[in-house]
Amino acid sequence: MLYSRSIRPGARSYCIEELGTALAKLSQNNNSRGTAAHVLPFEKRIVELEARLEQAEDDDTRNEITQELEREREQVFAQLTPWQRVELARHAQRPKMMDYASRIFEDFIELHGDRVSGEDTAMVGGIARFQGQTVILVGQQKGNSTDERIRRNYGMAYPAGYRKALRMFEMAERLHLPIVTIVDTQGAHPHPDAEQRGQGPAIARNLLYLMGIKTAVFSVVIGEGGSGGALGIAVGDWVCMFEHAIYMVCAPERCAEILWRDASKKDIAAAALRITAHDLKEFSVIDAVLPEPGGGAHRAPEAAAQVLAQEIEQFLVRAKNGDWTPERRQEKFRKMGVWRDVV
Amino acid sequence: MPFLKRRRFVSVIGRKSQVPDGMWMKCPGCNQAVTRKEIDENQQVCTHCDYHHRIGARKRIEFLVDPGSFQETHMGLQSADPLGFVVEETSYSYPKKVKESTEKSGMTEAIVTGFASIENTRTVLGAMEFGFLGGSMGSALGEKFCRAADDAVRERLPMVVFSSSGGARMMEGILSLMQMAKTADGVRAMNAAGVPFISVLTHPTTGGVWASFASLGDIILAEPHAHIGFAGPRLIEGALKVKLPEGFQSAEYQHEYGYVDQIVSRTEMRSVLGKLLAYLAPQ
Repeated sequence: MLYSRSIRPGARSYCIEELGTALAKLSQNNNSRGTAAHVLPFEKRIVELEARLEQAEDDDTRNEITQELEREREQVFAQLTPWQRVELARHAQRPKMMDYASRIFEDFIELHGDRVSGEDTAMVGGIARFQGQTVILVGQQKGNSTDERIRRNYGMAYPAGYRKALRMFEMAERLHLPIVTIVDTQGAHPHPDAEQRGQGPAIARNLLYLMGIKTAVFSVVIGEGGSGGALGIAVGDWVCMFEHAIYMVCAPERCAEILWRDASKKDIAAAALRITAHDLKEFSVIDAVLPEPGGGAHRAPEAAAQVLAQEIEQFLVRAKNGDWTPERRQEKFRKMGVWRDVV
Repeated sequence: MPFLKRRRFVSVIGRKSQVPDGMWMKCPGCNQAVTRKEIDENQQVCTHCDYHHRIGARKRIEFLVDPGSFQETHMGLQSADPLGFVVEETSYSYPKKVKESTEKSGMTEAIVTGFASIENTRTVLGAMEFGFLGGSMGSALGEKFCRAADDAVRERLPMVVFSSSGGARMMEGILSLMQMAKTADGVRAMNAAGVPFISVLTHPTTGGVWASFASLGDIILAEPHAHIGFAGPRLIEGALKVKLPEGFQSAEYQHEYGYVDQIVSRTEMRSVLGKLLAYLAPQ
């Protein structure tokens, strides 16, 4: 751009326009390619039935297909292997943080920068309105198109992202606003620059701050909750997970590599690590499992958003009643874990 | 063609102290021959190059505290197997690993906690044991840390913890991840009560331990050349296909970028801690 301006002053806007169109085309291509390619093998039959339902002409056939679709969905989701569950949680078409933000909140004013070193686009934060009430919204945005994913670094934040989140938390506490965090990340970004700027200390600082924060914190894992990078914004009074989301100490492929030096044993690791929403509920690590009606959030994003909105609404009512105290939150996290006490 | 071979990054991870039984040994740091006696008398630190051989939690406590002052606490807390992490396909059994580790290291968990005096200041002390499942943080470790922190709050004593850990203990899954939040709360309680918390980083302090209590000290000290960081070098190199510079994530690196207050040689640790504790202990 600078180059064109230096030779022909008038050429600049033209160049930008052209580049914009090209980028838009590119992302459109990516999206359309995405739609076709992102049907997971075990979903094929469901997608077929859905297509037939759309084409069905009379009510009888429609009812018949609907019933079959229900059966098929139930069967498929009940039989998923642990690795298929991981694939589902990482599904490119699952709604992202921003998709929920636009569906659930009346308004969202994004704020930028960590006030220390920069702006991290993987971590989004700002002021949102929920049924006339102001909340602070923070979450990782993985991105919907290839160029957005690159721009957002696939939802993997640098320390600047965690410090931006911290800045939002501090503001929320000062202004007595409840916090909603939306978790969707493979983890904090493993990069030499991230290390240099203190990735570990940045996450640790958030954990400590959220543990003592004097305002209500709601957290939801919508897709992937990857290790410390997820926990860094997920120390909530009420932590919930979507039915097909996963939350884990370490990605199954990493676990397989570390324990058995063989990443292809990821299926075995995925089963052993117990990473599904129901597993976590069983361990009392989360407080609720949010159902995904209509065959998963990626197939019925609107329905999933409604479920989440209801959960947030209930949480905010309880927040108004003073149900959430820092002491209760501390007690909840202090109880987590299973150990033996051999006297 | 060997001259085209990429020079591999020399990681400080995987340094093992190879102390043979003989009278002489070769120091892995400077390759010089040193007598075992010399090293033994110098707290397992090379007298030529200051290379720190890895030591266990018991030895560390012995080197550090006023003789006879250590009273161990919370000894009964041990790891359970909450996930049922027994994988037949790879014949991997977590309970078996815990048992083996216990036999090998003589420890029941990857941290020892207790009360001690360091140069006459009473303190709560924690020392992690890398020899016990890589010093990994599971539920029992998190609980022990928090109980020790609560001891410090109740008795109004400072707390010192020596970290040495590969990170969270995968075999306890999500529960080990939650220990990060839990131990951070232990530190929060000490902060709120106004008792000082000194974190000492020894080789290695990585992953979930670095991203929780170990980096939350009021004061953070490190042993020379200790490996300290969040994401492991293998993970970063694998994910980004980059070569990491020599000295990446070393104690000196963390000191340079502002995450470590001082690098303190093991032989100096006692006097440095003694002074800090005397100055900072709640009056």
